[in-house]
Amino acid sequence: MAETTKARANLQVKRDNLFMRFIRQKESAIFLALIGIMLVITIIAPKFATPGNLYRVARQISFVAIVAFGVFTVILTGGIDLSVGSIIGISGVTCGLAMAAGAGPFVAVIVGLVTGFGVGMINGILVSYVGITPFIVTLGMLSMARGAIWIITKGWPVEEIHEKFLIIGQGKFLGIPVPVVIAIVVAVAMHLFLRYTIFGRRLYAIGGNEEATRLSGINVKQIKCLAYGISGLMSAITGIILVARFSSAQTNAGDGWELDAIAAAVIGGTSLSGGSGSVLGVIIGAAIMGVIRNGLVLMKVSAYWQTAIMGFIIVLAAVIDRVKNR
Amino acid sequence: MSEYLIEMKGINKEFPGVKALTDVDLNIKKGEIVCLLGENGAGKSTLMKILTGVYKQDGGCIYYDGGMLDFHSTRDAYEQGINIIFQEFNLCPNMTAMENVFLGNENKTKSGLLSYKETRSRAEEFFNRLKIDIKPDDVVEKLGVAQQQMIEIAKALAYDTKVLIMDEPTSALAEKEIENLFIIMRELKERGISIIFISHKLDEVLEITDRVVILRDGENAGEVQTKEATEETLVSVMVGREMSEFYTARKSKPSDEIIFEAEGLCGPPHIKDASFKIKKGEILGLAGLVGAGRTELAKLIIGAEKKTAGRIIMNGQELNIKSPKDSVAARIAYLPEDRKNLGLVLPMTVRENTTLSIHNKVSNMMNIINSAKEKEVTDKYIKGMKTKVSSREQVVETLSGGNQQKVVIAKSLALEPELLILDEPTRGIDVGAKAEVHNIISDLADEGMAVIVISSELPEVFHLADRILVMHEGEITADLMKDEADQEMVMHAAIGAV
Repeated sequence: MAETTKARANLQVKRDNLFMRFIRQKESAIFLALIGIMLVITIIAPKFATPGNLYRVARQISFVAIVAFGVFTVILTGGIDLSVGSIIGISGVTCGLAMAAGAGPFVAVIVGLVTGFGVGMINGILVSYVGITPFIVTLGMLSMARGAIWIITKGWPVEEIHEKFLIIGQGKFLGIPVPVVIAIVVAVAMHLFLRYTIFGRRLYAIGGNEEATRLSGINVKQIKCLAYGISGLMSAITGIILVARFSSAQTNAGDGWELDAIAAAVIGGTSLSGGSGSVLGVIIGAAIMGVIRNGLVLMKVSAYWQTAIMGFIIVLAAVIDRVKNR
Repeated sequence: MSEYLIEMKGINKEFPGVKALTDVDLNIKKGEIVCLLGENGAGKSTLMKILTGVYKQDGGCIYYDGGMLDFHSTRDAYEQGINIIFQEFNLCPNMTAMENVFLGNENKTKSGLLSYKETRSRAEEFFNRLKIDIKPDDVVEKLGVAQQQMIEIAKALAYDTKVLIMDEPTSALAEKEIENLFIIMRELKERGISIIFISHKLDEVLEITDRVVILRDGENAGEVQTKEATEETLVSVMVGREMSEFYTARKSKPSDEIIFEAEGLCGPPHIKDASFKIKKGEILGLAGLVGAGRTELAKLIIGAEKKTAGRIIMNGQELNIKSPKDSVAARIAYLPEDRKNLGLVLPMTVRENTTLSIHNKVSNMMNIINSAKEKEVTDKYIKGMKTKVSSREQVVETLSGGNQQKVVIAKSLALEPELLILDEPTRGIDVGAKAEVHNIISDLADEGMAVIVISSELPEVFHLADRILVMHEGEITADLMKDEADQEMVMHAAIGAV
């Protein structure tokens, strides 16, 4: 069960039936919202509820969700990571280039992951040890990493992708798209990691009160630094899956995805000041974003409107969160 | 018309799971100073928050100047002339004195722009009226605590306040500043302003107030005219038991074994050549005025600030402490003065806070936290210190000050420290909890722990300490055995007049 402090405080009062416990979970409201949105879309555009469409939506959600887990880790510490979109791109490109150079799929995946983690750690070092504001560091990295992609590839996609590698993005496992399976595995791992390890506990503590955590003898800098590393690693996972999905490493892969990832975390109830939020919430947040994006297309809303509507939804989520906590 | 300016009648307030106030009455006359007394958690803050429109009462009425009050926001309360000065000030430190005084109540020119000329002259007028030496253009963060408080008072006057609520106004002030505050309070009273004074310092309550209203467990426990009250009667009404039951005596003496030694410590902002030794089982009181450098010395010891010179020796070995991580590893625990900002992670539970410094002890090789071990440690300290919590999963934000302090102490003790540094361990907590904290400290020393207690309350230092160090402007100016010292000697050393 994903927990938040509010929900925990409430749970102490009394324990009653399953339904009431569900209602008290902070995630229940957004979960119901997700169901409501899906119903509305189905009524307007019945095509939404077809297996083929749900398959595609689930796959799209899983891409965003994995990135959002990483951003969520950083937001927990009270920071922000704007560079995830570019890390998606650069990890995909290094992964693709490794295969173009003759490496096997396994080695290529490792290369991609190391790239993402490495770029994330550069963010982390600049934030933690040099002491620059996360916003500026990751805004700069957004541009630097994207620029690096153009420099490395000269703008051309990398298309020499290994046949066996494609299963990561295009395959099925028990009828479920492989990216969705990967997202589920990552989600469970993240949840356990945040809930049951020292590192996870300390992430929440830093977001709750950084100075008190430092005075408790905890190496705050190291943990904050690693949070950015994890964010980079998560972006790399999505970046690699996207290469398999499109059978090529696109130079513009992940462009603008920081918006969706941060929005998924915020819609999922993550506090931007740090210290509260849950993996479950982030998943639901990512699902809401994905479902609405898909729904707008099915309902034939003009592309111009779609962008504006997505922005509106993010702000709306923040407003609802504010009103609820008042 | 009734003789009271404010009548709160039968106030009830319930929070999820807690009945905070039950049928509480509070009446205040015009120009009267009333003390609202009670242990932490007795309901004082809740009652004041209802009076100032922060909360809405579930039952009961408030009559003000003959009419019934119905506040929807704190703004309504300001406009009616009810104003509160919180223990933690609500000032913008980056702005000037005059800007703060008129924040939310700005002086405008005819065209609707800010009028600096009028702001400055009106601020000057308030400062003169209060006889305080603050210039309108002084930046607040550069002013002392006492002066900041005066700005809060000026701010209240700017709203044409008729009822002023002061929550623990003297807790951060030095003796002389308190006298000055009382002079101003008497002046306000003469001008017909009613004051509700919340304080745990009974001598002050007896000195300044006209009447004392005592709350206990969210109910009226009693009410006395101040001239008929004594400290003992107030305390017994407040806690429902006698004061002498509170204190236990030290059972043992400090050993001869020196456990910790500081040699010539220097560091920011102004610590110079601080040297002292502490023995096993000894309580060392660290006295001095606010700003003497006591907290700063503690921060050098634990590595929260970098020392520029000096050595730290523990158990005969020199330690190289670069950050709090190193001092925690050396089993030196520090309990900060500001428990909300530095001691606790407020949105986390009692359990999570208790084990914050000992993650390696409650987890396995894979860094996975063992929740059974965590619960065991937490329960041990909850029980040992009689911390009042609904469960170990209660969020510490919702605990009273005294119980929060016990959680911070539990966090430090969980480290099983050899040296414990407590910075103002009883600031802002009530008499009952204070005695309990004192007893815990004595017991720890009896068990052989070396304890440094930083305190601005001399009676507390004298009650607890075996030896007293006094600091003045960053230097240790006296090192006295308690039996040889008296309060006058300590004060002399504290003001640098040795």
